Amino acid sequence: MLDGIISNELAAIFSQLSVGLLTTVEIFILTLVLSLPLGLLVAFGRMSNNKLLRWSMKIYISIMRGTPLMLQLMMVYFGPYYIFGMSITSEYRFYAVIIGFVLNYAAYFAEIYRGGIESMPSGQYEAAQVLGFSKFQTFFRIIFPQVMKRILPSITNEVITLVKDTSLAMVISVGEMFTAARALASSQVSVLPFVVAGAFYYIMNYVVAWIMEGFEKRMNYYK
Amino acid sequence: MNLLEIKNISKAFGDNEVLKDISMTVAQGQVVGIIGPSGSGKSTLLRCATLLETIDSGAIYYKREPMVENNASGQAVYANSSQLKRIRSYFGLVFQNFNLFPHFSVLRNITEAPIHVGKQTREQAKENAMRLLEQMGLADKADAYPYQLSGGQQQRVSIARALALNPDILFFDEPTSALDPELTGEILTVIRELASKHMTMVIVTHEMSFARDVADYILFMDRGVVVEQGNAVDLVSNPQHERTKLFLKRFDNR
Repeated sequence: MLDGIISNELAAIFSQLSVGLLTTVEIFILTLVLSLPLGLLVAFGRMSNNKLLRWSMKIYISIMRGTPLMLQLMMVYFGPYYIFGMSITSEYRFYAVIIGFVLNYAAYFAEIYRGGIESMPSGQYEAAQVLGFSKFQTFFRIIFPQVMKRILPSITNEVITLVKDTSLAMVISVGEMFTAARALASSQVSVLPFVVAGAFYYIMNYVVAWIMEGFEKRMNYYK
Repeated sequence: MNLLEIKNISKAFGDNEVLKDISMTVAQGQVVGIIGPSGSGKSTLLRCATLLETIDSGAIYYKREPMVENNASGQAVYANSSQLKRIRSYFGLVFQNFNLFPHFSVLRNITEAPIHVGKQTREQAKENAMRLLEQMGLADKADAYPYQLSGGQQQRVSIARALALNPDILFFDEPTSALDPELTGEILTVIRELASKHMTMVIVTHEMSFARDVADYILFMDRGVVVEQGNAVDLVSNPQHERTKLFLKRFDNR
């Protein structure tokens, strides 16, 4: 009898959390796909010889790193209404989450890229230059592949943090997994939904770590 | 014909004048050694000739084409980028620290530029690279990565990489300084072999015996000026200038 209740309860938790899980995965993938390239552009701006560009990127990175992500999400979501009086549609919720996450993560990725790029010995650039490679070729054929190997562990850290950060989407009522878990916990008066959600996050990160380790191994063919 | 002509070049880093009114020429097939104590400006001279540093005044010509010339007010003005690109194809440079690309195999280190800069086909580039590796005694290392090779082997790969673009003139910046003494021999052998094939070379070194044995002509530099220059054997056995004598004496005592 009790077994039945618990398994029923678990089944309900799994089914409702899976819906939220889908949103969580969506936020995760979209953020990565957009912020990884954007971060590279920001890093270029940050290292640019153009003073205006360099300083604006510096300030942007500083704000993104210096304020809570939760607050940034709220600014992106409520900002258009409070500042410009625009009406906010319910679809905008999801876009706001993606915009907020991408802006935040691009800043962190930019600093990681910059660290990696600046750690490259000048001899690599000089060798490429003497051999006649263009700047574009030098970067994408010679420099960037080596930078990726150097920064992969730091990228992995950020990606793992992102999995957990997706739960912040709750603050603007995007129904991701954590939102679902909290709703279930209060309706069932149980911590079980939180435990299950925790397990889901853990498994996701286990998979992420496993995939990233695979990338690292693939780049271990040289030193 | 003079492949390289350097006329009255000067270069300063801030207040520090590293090159003072230096002139030199390199003829087709000539092997020129540049010697001198550290800080004499010999490496800077090489870096200016290979576009890794810019000069403040003076002129540099490759095959009579101007790479850089003085304007009316005596400041060095460089040729436009398409001219520089062509001029860059006239020379190759071998670095002290090899600067091989660690993420590429030995073969790809050599073929990457010919394919993507020289517009050779993959087959041509590979065939050419294998021939060069054969010449360097490294044919069996084509699929190895730089970290798997000794310093001497890495330096030979970097020589092959430079030769793969068929330069008219090859520069060496202290090619043996980063190597254990017992490994320098293999580089000397390669350079001698190239000299016997009439490759035009400019070699910056403080390995005196090496300069004397392989170079036809030697410049002795100190504190940014060419103190003395001349036929290699004469300069080493019968130096005229006090500073040259002093430098060579130190070398004899070693």
